[in-house]
Amino acid sequence: MEITQKLLLNAEVTRRVLVAFLRRELERFGFRRAVLNLSGGVDSALSCFLTAEALGGENVLALLLPYRTSTPESAEHARQVIGLTGVSSKTIDITPMVEPYFEQYQQMSDVRRGNVMARMRMIVLYDHSVQWQGLPIGTSNKTELLLGYGTLFGDMASAVNPLGDLYKTQVRQMARAVGVPEAIIQKAPSADLWVGQTDEGELGFTYAEVDKLLYLLVDERYKTEEAIAAGFDRQFVETVVQRMRASQFKRMPPVVAKVSRRDVGHDFLYPRDWGT
Amino acid sequence: MLKLRVGLAQISPILGSVPENLQLHLERIEEAKEQQVQLLCFPELSLTGYVLKDLVPHVAMAATESAPAIAELLTASESMDLLFGFVEEDKRHRYYISAAYLSQGRIVHVHRKVYLPTYGMFEEERYLATGDRFRAFDTRFGRLGVLVCEDFWHISAPYALWLDGADILLLISASPGRGLSPEAVLGSSRSVELINQTYATFLTDFVLHCNRVGVEDGLNFWGGSTIFGPDGRLVAQAPYFEESLLVAALDLGAMRRVRMQLPLLRDERPDLLYTELRRMLRESRVPSREQ
Repeated sequence: MEITQKLLLNAEVTRRVLVAFLRRELERFGFRRAVLNLSGGVDSALSCFLTAEALGGENVLALLLPYRTSTPESAEHARQVIGLTGVSSKTIDITPMVEPYFEQYQQMSDVRRGNVMARMRMIVLYDHSVQWQGLPIGTSNKTELLLGYGTLFGDMASAVNPLGDLYKTQVRQMARAVGVPEAIIQKAPSADLWVGQTDEGELGFTYAEVDKLLYLLVDERYKTEEAIAAGFDRQFVETVVQRMRASQFKRMPPVVAKVSRRDVGHDFLYPRDWGT
Repeated sequence: MLKLRVGLAQISPILGSVPENLQLHLERIEEAKEQQVQLLCFPELSLTGYVLKDLVPHVAMAATESAPAIAELLTASESMDLLFGFVEEDKRHRYYISAAYLSQGRIVHVHRKVYLPTYGMFEEERYLATGDRFRAFDTRFGRLGVLVCEDFWHISAPYALWLDGADILLLISASPGRGLSPEAVLGSSRSVELINQTYATFLTDFVLHCNRVGVEDGLNFWGGSTIFGPDGRLVAQAPYFEESLLVAALDLGAMRRVRMQLPLLRDERPDLLYTELRRMLRESRVPSREQ
């Protein structure tokens, strides 16, 4: 079977699981409302559709948080999602929040500036989570998580993430099935942190290619040599494996130095959903 | 015609709250009573929830008639036989995933889960001790056998119960849903259904599978509880993902008819298997925990 075939999913079954997950994981902590950052991209669009279905559009607050260089297309696409899902929304320009910091460091790299913006958006998200009395919903997909392609405590921050076990190509399938506009699904993925940035340009490979490789390495537990034998370029495989290894810390809570008989992190192991 | 009215209570327990789950059991028992159910099954760890980790000692109880939750269920078992799941603590403070069968105010049988999955997403053996026996037991409805989830992924477990005389297998699970494909069922559901149907066909037994639903720590439990007849055909199935009480009347006479057509039980050679197993164990060909 073609590897591409193995990434195909039944949208109806997946939707049922994810919607039930969102509903239950919020309700068990006493929440009926949710808040999420809507970028105009396909990931946050899908999160928004699923959350609106789980809780009702009136219980979801979508935040549009543009910076002065953000493309107008992003805002337009975000507005389409808001219209289709019936969620509440708020637009807050983060430019006046981040500019004073950027002025302190004239020589900041794009990556540093991008991280600051992503973390500023996290601050606004979590602040509105209190004001809106809703939990922050995640928008990071499995591809990003495995590659560490995201800002720690920035766009990777959330309370509940419905997309974390869907590869980018699966996010696209789901997005199409739930009714995300085709223009959002088809456009080049971009964090839109600086002009001309695209995910695939920055990563150096396409999601379609890397998803197939990640599926073999992670889901099917292929060894590097087996992935190469399956037809992937050696350098590509080694780059991806190295990316996963180097970003492992991003997928874990901060490591705790153990000194007692029982510590948070090693052997104080209660379930997250304790008593719910 | 000898009929047995069974119910499978596909519930979503509250994680770590025995009192709330006991209430949930009593509600389902009332509902089943209205439908004249004679034997009602609950899923694995129905009194406690599944992803317990360090909660194990908090929710554990002795498998005795004086344990408060069990005492209440014993009272309820005056109206119908019950099978439910809980964490059992033995006198030496070992903890087990257990299933108790109650009938007419008595504990008839307790099965301690033998195979504790400790791989992938599972970590049962980190927190729990393993059971050490597969035993069928007599009830007013015939001789039954109980297995818990991973137990029935080992083909020897239902086989042992079958040889021990079980005509009805009660399999209970907290099976996490996983495995996406273009198919309209999850891979885990497909596998479990196939396994259950295969057992029913090979053993010419009734095979009941009671799975739970709900979500815990990001795991979804897919439900889809099934009843397969001794001819391997599906008698009834509960919906996927939704709480439900599946009720069906088992035609116990079907076992005789099927076993006339297909005398697998009559022709089985456990003595031959025993001889061969002894040889294999002697020659160290069989994986053993002692090695």
